[in-house]
Amino acid sequence: MISAILTISLLALLFGLLLGYASIRFKVEADPIVDQIDSILPQTQCGQCSYAGCRPYAEAIAAGEAEINRCPPGGEAGIQALADLLGRDPIPLDEEVGEEQDTPMVAIIDEQVCIGCTLCLQACPVDAILGAAKSMHTVIENECTGCELCLEPCPVDCIHMQPVDEDFHNWKWPYPDTLYLQTPKTRSA
Amino acid sequence: MELHLPNRLWHFHGGLHPEQQKVSTRDESIRTSALPGKLILPLQQHIGAEAETCVQAGDTVYKGQTIATATGYVSAALHAPTSGTIIGIEDHPLPHPSGLSGTCIIIEPDGKDEWWLEKPAPVDDYLALDPADIRQRVRDAGIVGLGGAAFPTAVKLNPPSRHHIDTLIINGAECEPYITCDDRLMRERADEVIEGVRIIRQALGITQVFIGVEDNKPEACAAIEQLIKDKKLKDIKLTRVPTIYPTGGEKQLIKVLTGREVPSNGLPADIGVVCHNVGTAASVYRALAHGEPMVSRIMTVTGGGVHEPCNLEALIGTPISHLVAQAEGYTDQAERLIMGGPMMGFALGSDDIPVIKGTNCILVAQSSEVETPVQPMPCIRCGRCTSVCPANLLPQEMYWNARSRDFDKIQDYNLFDCIECGCCAAVCPSHIPLVQYYRFAKTEIWALERAKDKSDHARERHEFRLERLEREKQEKAERLAKKKAALAAKKPKDGTAKVVDSKKAAIEAALERAKAKKAQTDVKPQNTEDLTEAQQRQIDDAEARRKASSSDKASKEKAPEP
Repeated sequence: MISAILTISLLALLFGLLLGYASIRFKVEADPIVDQIDSILPQTQCGQCSYAGCRPYAEAIAAGEAEINRCPPGGEAGIQALADLLGRDPIPLDEEVGEEQDTPMVAIIDEQVCIGCTLCLQACPVDAILGAAKSMHTVIENECTGCELCLEPCPVDCIHMQPVDEDFHNWKWPYPDTLYLQTPKTRSA
Repeated sequence: MELHLPNRLWHFHGGLHPEQQKVSTRDESIRTSALPGKLILPLQQHIGAEAETCVQAGDTVYKGQTIATATGYVSAALHAPTSGTIIGIEDHPLPHPSGLSGTCIIIEPDGKDEWWLEKPAPVDDYLALDPADIRQRVRDAGIVGLGGAAFPTAVKLNPPSRHHIDTLIINGAECEPYITCDDRLMRERADEVIEGVRIIRQALGITQVFIGVEDNKPEACAAIEQLIKDKKLKDIKLTRVPTIYPTGGEKQLIKVLTGREVPSNGLPADIGVVCHNVGTAASVYRALAHGEPMVSRIMTVTGGGVHEPCNLEALIGTPISHLVAQAEGYTDQAERLIMGGPMMGFALGSDDIPVIKGTNCILVAQSSEVETPVQPMPCIRCGRCTSVCPANLLPQEMYWNARSRDFDKIQDYNLFDCIECGCCAAVCPSHIPLVQYYRFAKTEIWALERAKDKSDHARERHEFRLERLEREKQEKAERLAKKKAALAAKKPKDGTAKVVDSKKAAIEAALERAKAKKAQTDVKPQNTEDLTEAQQRQIDDAEARRKASSSDKASKEKAPEP
């Protein structure tokens, strides 16, 4: 009897020590679920979700403060991925935050009109606008996430959004159903 | 070194026997194409980085002169195919399934066809050259694989040292229907092919060579064999392989000749094999023995849509319309223009498109030769696609996943091992365009990967920006603290009350002003003085719009719910 109690207690102590050691030795620094959510979010940093960026939104989702349907750039696919990750049911995009856009957009500054006020530089979340006070500004197209945050502050409305140019590096084959309608013509007109 | 020639052949899984259709051109000897009115040379004709132009519009160029240089290790230079004037460097539709445009150098030939004086000197004793020297010359000559993929040849001549290469395979299978350009090349220029093979062998430092030719080309086999015999090249062996489509696929030919299988996502070099096309071998020979860069290639112009199907040696950049004209033009039945063969080629929207280094065939099909697109029927799960797939994949499973856009699952079925040979679609009794589904899935997956890279990059930049703002704030606070400390040190020890009072008043007045200003607007644009009238008007307009929209919003919010 006494030996059984002793054995069990000893084992409990041993495992307790082992677990305690492991929790210190293999401590995970950040909250991994936030990282995982953040890696699904499209990183446009547009703030349409009403949070200050993608990371704060990810933290809010992880904390259970926000629904998973508040990211228009991520769209249906993003909601589906978040639902899969978190084991929830996918829900339609919250209409309050905006609509999903199919084509990726990029901001373009009309350089003739730009007065060099630097307001858009301060608004850009990824430092994708190049310029200085009283100098013309321009968007580095490769870095632009299409968040539209630069449109509002511009005093002369010289920034507009346009679809990203399609070239044969980013061209995609269409979904086959649409192919039946196209028969390439043989001769040029 | 002891030679281990196999005395047997292997089979790859599946395959088909499509109608050969080679009769119309197999006995047409290679003709040199007439000089076209203009040549259109896309900068991207190969796999890898786009070449960079080193000439300008208006320049006079000579045949063989470098007009665009390779921009990376996996890239290929471009040379002027004839002498003439560069009339433009501009966007032009490319020979690509998308029909999109890309940068092209456009040359107007002067008709003299004069060679560039600085072209590399011919090497007589090319078999004594150092491998690195051969590679450099091949690279300078802009040679790419002529089998269709157009992979830069110099890269393939330099396999990573972790691979032990023991076998060179020369691909003369030419399994696709209609195409006979490699057949004619082997029959008429066997010497160039064999010498090219010897140079490639020298560059790779190996002895064992198999030339794989389908047994439907007896004359080509005989020509090559005769030459091997005459030159007493015992370690080069021509092997007749059974005519099964797609034996000409790299992985399939390697399997047939050596019994080895290229691993999934791997390269032939992983199993000690390097594979080159016969046309590539001939080009390598010409580059070394004649100093000629890749400025032309042999291609088959065929199909029921042209009057006289033929084999033409055409300059790179020749518009397709010019080639069709030399095949005596379109017939009334011409229905569709295809670049490449009927199985793996793609339809073109116009004949103003140029031929490029990888173009082996221009097929002008008549309506009976191409399957008219029909409404596909549902998949009946008959499994025929699986039985013909030469890559041993499960086409049906891939189809379901592509159809439902499940791009993770489809990769579990090794989508990227699909060589898009079209066997599965050809046998499908429901006429499902299977290959289109795989192509769709592949480009979608690439797009997703690009989007992922872009979002990772944006995250990095955003985090950096936040860090920067934080740092600037801290620096500012430090500066202020220092200033304050400095002011405190300077402060007179016994200041009179009056001075203090007046200072206080001034500070308070300034605060008032600042507050009033802040109340007006949170942020103020900089650089708003010295504006022209037009600019000022634009600003006023924008302000008015903004006011209108905000008052709109306000009124909407106030409006009671209906």
